Amino acid sequence: MIQALSPVLGCRKVAENIFVLSCTSPDIAQAVQAGQFVNIWVEQTTDPLLRRPFSVYNTEGGTLEIIYNVIGKGTSALSRKMPGEMINVLGPLGTPFGIDDPGFSTGVLLAGGLGVAPMVLAARALRKAGKNIMAILGARNGGSIVDANLENVHLATDDGSRGFHGNVVDLARKLLDGPRSSGAKVFACGPTPMLRAVAAFVAEKNIPCEVSLEGPMACGFGICQGCPVELVDDSRKYALMCKDGPVFDVRKIKI
Amino acid sequence: MINGAFTLRNVRFNNRVLVASGTYGYGEECAGLANVNRIGGIVTKSLSLKPRDGNPPRRIASTPSGMLNSIGLANIGVHQFIADKLPFLRTVDTTVIANIAASSVEEYCAVLTLLEEQEGIDGFEINVSCPNVREGGLNFGTNCVSVAEIMRRVRPLTAKPVIMKLTPNVTHISEFARAVESEGADAVSVINTVIGMAVDVKTRRPVLSTVTGGLSGPAIKPIALAKVYEVARAVKIPVIGIGGISDATDALEFLITGATAVQIGTRNFIDPSAAITVAEGIDAYCTNNGIPDVGELVGTLDVGSGRSVLDGWL
Repeated sequence: MIQALSPVLGCRKVAENIFVLSCTSPDIAQAVQAGQFVNIWVEQTTDPLLRRPFSVYNTEGGTLEIIYNVIGKGTSALSRKMPGEMINVLGPLGTPFGIDDPGFSTGVLLAGGLGVAPMVLAARALRKAGKNIMAILGARNGGSIVDANLENVHLATDDGSRGFHGNVVDLARKLLDGPRSSGAKVFACGPTPMLRAVAAFVAEKNIPCEVSLEGPMACGFGICQGCPVELVDDSRKYALMCKDGPVFDVRKIKI
Repeated sequence: MINGAFTLRNVRFNNRVLVASGTYGYGEECAGLANVNRIGGIVTKSLSLKPRDGNPPRRIASTPSGMLNSIGLANIGVHQFIADKLPFLRTVDTTVIANIAASSVEEYCAVLTLLEEQEGIDGFEINVSCPNVREGGLNFGTNCVSVAEIMRRVRPLTAKPVIMKLTPNVTHISEFARAVESEGADAVSVINTVIGMAVDVKTRRPVLSTVTGGLSGPAIKPIALAKVYEVARAVKIPVIGIGGISDATDALEFLITGATAVQIGTRNFIDPSAAITVAEGIDAYCTNNGIPDVGELVGTLDVGSGRSVLDGWL
């Protein structure tokens, strides 16, 4: 866990209302693993007061990128950052995806909307581990699809304007039909209703699956206890999204 | 060299800036981000006799200049604390205060007794003011007789300092401070969080699962200062000021108003080294003003002249 004052390099629009912010943060960029996140102190003001958590979208050398849409005070302040301005980045935080798990040969990246956020690093790690990759990306419409430069990409849109007409889980059901699901492990990230559908799908198909959760958190490393995730196992009622997650085995949590 | 130290009973604190319960874990979690030895004192997350799961999600909300929480005293319990967390706290070169939360007077006594036997705990802070649990918490904290009763019962169990952490969610906080002073409290912490609430207009639901929660952060600093002012004039025991302190200026306001020391809370979630920066800033202020001992600042508020100044307004 490193806290680094990181100069903003720039911000680019990658889809409708979706932006990628780049900053120079070499220590965190080099240490981060797929699925981990950073907690950003956007501005030295009291409103927004707390840090805001973001998946690490991409890294290249000492450059670290996050992807976001403007939905509140934190992301609004972030969108106004000019090149050269500093943001205080804390990370890498949380537990990464289980990429090294020897029990699978194809990593199926299942992303709804901004759920694409951890998938670039996940794909890179899968490639490095010698696994096959299948990426299924979904969004409301074609304009909201983020071209994350992944390989073996299948698209789904709610309005059918690009790719499969329907959601990512329906598309996954089609693509992972019958024996094609053997050797697969699903890595999913997206809105809660999507993750619920993913959980039902992988249970039915008996495919191992990890989900990356998103939610409000304050500190990002377990001291505020603000981000409980309900566990299935009743010996312990809650895990913390920030420290025990954000990546969880889908069978172990109640979504 | 500025003297920032102070003592409670027989226990010395290296400086007057502590970290508040529930905002620094058990110290170890923050050790990678701050030199915890330079903090005036670490107050642990509240400890109960048995582990507590805490409240269901959602537990936190972001509000203007503040944070609402309803953690519900989630903690590992005193036994696991002693086994897993206390060994680290024994190695730190700062004062360690165990914060105790309970749902009965007997439980407060039991937890304190267990910790009293342990090396590495320098004193106790009794949490009678959590707004987010039904039993214990505010049931005790808003009843002056109960608060006094807890103090009376724990006092004979330890020769170490006992600090009572008071809630602002009462009509006259000074009555509570007087009551625990007369039962032998060594200090009072003022204040715990202020009851607050947030609503999601899209769903028309409360943001927090418990509907209301505790407000902290800069939003409550003026309330906290007013409570410290009230309590400091009512009791002779030291007052530890808490509420929205982010920087040295905030802390100085509390010291001048009558706080012997301060605790940093919500700010730790953003900057775990805040307490150290604040202590350094207090020293710098003293150096610049020719004050050799931070203690000389305590309670020096001049309420006589009330003149209008523009500093900090324009």
